[in-house]
Amino acid sequence: MSEFSSQLSELDAFIDGLDTLEGKLIVVLHKAQDVCGWLPAEVQNHIAHRLKVPASKVYGVVTFYSFFNTKPKGRCKISVCLGTACFVRGAQGIAEEFEKRLNIKVGETSGDKAYSLDSIRCVGACGLAPVVSVNGKVYGRVAPADVDGILNEHK
Amino acid sequence: MSKFRMHILVCGGTGCMSSSSGEIFDVFEKELSANSLSNEVQVIKTGCFGFCEQGPIVKIYPDNVFYVQVKPADVSRIISEHVIKGRTVPDILYKNPESKETVAEHREIPFYHSQLRIALRNCGLINPEEIDDYISVSGYEALGKCLTEISREDVISAVKASGLRGRGGAGVSTGFKWEMAYKSQGDKKYVICNADEGDPGAFMDRSILEGDPHSVLEAMAICGYAIGADEGVIYIRAEYPLAVERLRIAIRQAEEYGLLGDDILGSGFSFHISLSLGAGAFVCGEETALMNSVQGMRGEPRMKPPFPAQAGLWHKPSNVNNVETWANIPPIILKGADWFKSIGTEKSPGTKVFALAGQINNVGLVEVPMGIKLRDIIYKVGGGVRGGKRFKAVQTGGPSGGCIPAELLDLAIDYDSLQSVGSMMGSGGMIVMDETDCMVNIAKYYLEFTVEESCGKCTPCRIGNRRLLEILEKITSGQGTEDDLTELKDLSAAIQDSSLCALGQTAPNPVVSTMKYFWDEYIAHVRDKKCTAGKCTSMLTYKVTDKCIGCTICAKNCPVNAISGSLKSLHSIDPAKCVKCGVCFNKCPKQAIERV
Repeated sequence: MSEFSSQLSELDAFIDGLDTLEGKLIVVLHKAQDVCGWLPAEVQNHIAHRLKVPASKVYGVVTFYSFFNTKPKGRCKISVCLGTACFVRGAQGIAEEFEKRLNIKVGETSGDKAYSLDSIRCVGACGLAPVVSVNGKVYGRVAPADVDGILNEHK
Repeated sequence: MSKFRMHILVCGGTGCMSSSSGEIFDVFEKELSANSLSNEVQVIKTGCFGFCEQGPIVKIYPDNVFYVQVKPADVSRIISEHVIKGRTVPDILYKNPESKETVAEHREIPFYHSQLRIALRNCGLINPEEIDDYISVSGYEALGKCLTEISREDVISAVKASGLRGRGGAGVSTGFKWEMAYKSQGDKKYVICNADEGDPGAFMDRSILEGDPHSVLEAMAICGYAIGADEGVIYIRAEYPLAVERLRIAIRQAEEYGLLGDDILGSGFSFHISLSLGAGAFVCGEETALMNSVQGMRGEPRMKPPFPAQAGLWHKPSNVNNVETWANIPPIILKGADWFKSIGTEKSPGTKVFALAGQINNVGLVEVPMGIKLRDIIYKVGGGVRGGKRFKAVQTGGPSGGCIPAELLDLAIDYDSLQSVGSMMGSGGMIVMDETDCMVNIAKYYLEFTVEESCGKCTPCRIGNRRLLEILEKITSGQGTEDDLTELKDLSAAIQDSSLCALGQTAPNPVVSTMKYFWDEYIAHVRDKKCTAGKCTSMLTYKVTDKCIGCTICAKNCPVNAISGSLKSLHSIDPAKCVKCGVCFNKCPKQAIERV
């Protein structure tokens, strides 16, 4: 039994429900990442098989878009906005503070899969710059001194 | 909306939602019902008011009283004072920073003075999740008028005559695009809404979709009727979950009302709209890349011609417009091309929504007539530079635009004037920078962005921009030479000339414009190895001056133990150990640390 068998059957049910398979690769990948959390090679191969496209094409699309993850993410997903508005209000310093506290770089996940740290380009909450989003919750006007508090909230 | 004596409008835009406007809405509902007021007073979650800096915003209608920075704890006071007794709650009114006077009325706030709202007309006014609200403000009237009274050709002529230009970036005539798609022969045509708002710092499209989704649906249906398409696709960023949700609701409601779907209003015209979610690629804002992405492929741009109007989505004739452009269509149909042309400038009629952000007091969304001076946007509407600092530049057009210096503040903005000074309209992002921003570093920031977002299809963009970035990294780390500046110029010109799509062609703009207007800063970096703004850390040195009182705070906070000195004696920094993090500079209570 594969590690993802239950997720793959959920994905299969979704694919079966589509009216056409043409042009649906990105739609299916969104769903796959939704149910699996990320897109391991096994899942990509499965999608290629089901949509009758080469696995290389699936891989090409997955790696083209920043939304798709080819590595598992941590339970606590921290995204520091590095859009221009946040950047000019010191977002780089916030990202560095998280790197220091978590001992990982932007784009990485901690060894125990507790945290992953990413940068995003603008969530559109520029009035609150600099902005950090943790598992979808947005923190505004963040200062480096707030980083500890944010991490404690998501222990 | 007539049965209620009062409406409480709570901003439900992303900015305000991030600072607990959702909770404020819930507390209002709860407390109104606790006070048995639910039948008299209605609380509505609206789209963005635009004044994000002062969020969360609550507006009381019909009194037009505007409360700012509202907290859930303020709700009971608003109800007991304002709703029940009719008195405003002074401490949460907007305070004019200059006169220090509180301002109750929405219209009296300087931020709104110079604004004229066409695209944002319904944002902050109606409940975006209620189609009846949209219909009550003349919603779907333009569609009805087109289907029953105006011929397809006349719709196109009206849009063409209005002079409306694409609000997403390049400023191509919308009517011209429609006409091209209309003339194209094909058994199937598509209408596409480009909602892949990728410019960092621009959030007008998101606000329109969140605050007034039906206006976009209506406009797309009008276009479908005019060019002969029966299918519409909205390509939207997956990063905008709230907008996606509201669009889904809007499409469902419009279908239920027979305003979308088969045989709309019994006219025989059918039009269906579906959503296509992006997956995080800036280049997909380019219309041909967008269409590839809708087809489930990598979002790489196609060669033009053929243009989308000839062979677009699935190689069928397609018309792509951006969200803000769509939002302008229904008023143009209802009020006429002449009305629209009376606003703005001759070559750029109408208004433009700008997202003000960066080092400016009033961060937010503003809609102003074209031709307004930059100075008026930044000082009158935007309230000037934060913290009383000196204005240095404003960046327009996102990663494809340029930086405009203080000496051009009196520029009347429209598509052409911005281009003439080396920037562009883009989607309308406006990032204000002050004296503490290093322009070389800003150029580097944008290049980092484009290098990351380059799709890799054509060489000038894929490799050229990376080389540009490397040179900028060299300069900001203090290793640059004057030859590098020549190299930057030559390479920029080559990339602009030879890239396949607009992303590559415009990627060097931030470099070219900063070199044009801030040449001194580049020279200071390469010749004197100095960053006057103090942003390029590797060029800085930190020194303890004799203001030091020996409190040891700096030494205790230094992460690399580079500071030595005993209590009550002058400290010193070991330059060999110093990592230039600036902690000592920020922590010193006596400003005894000097950064040169």
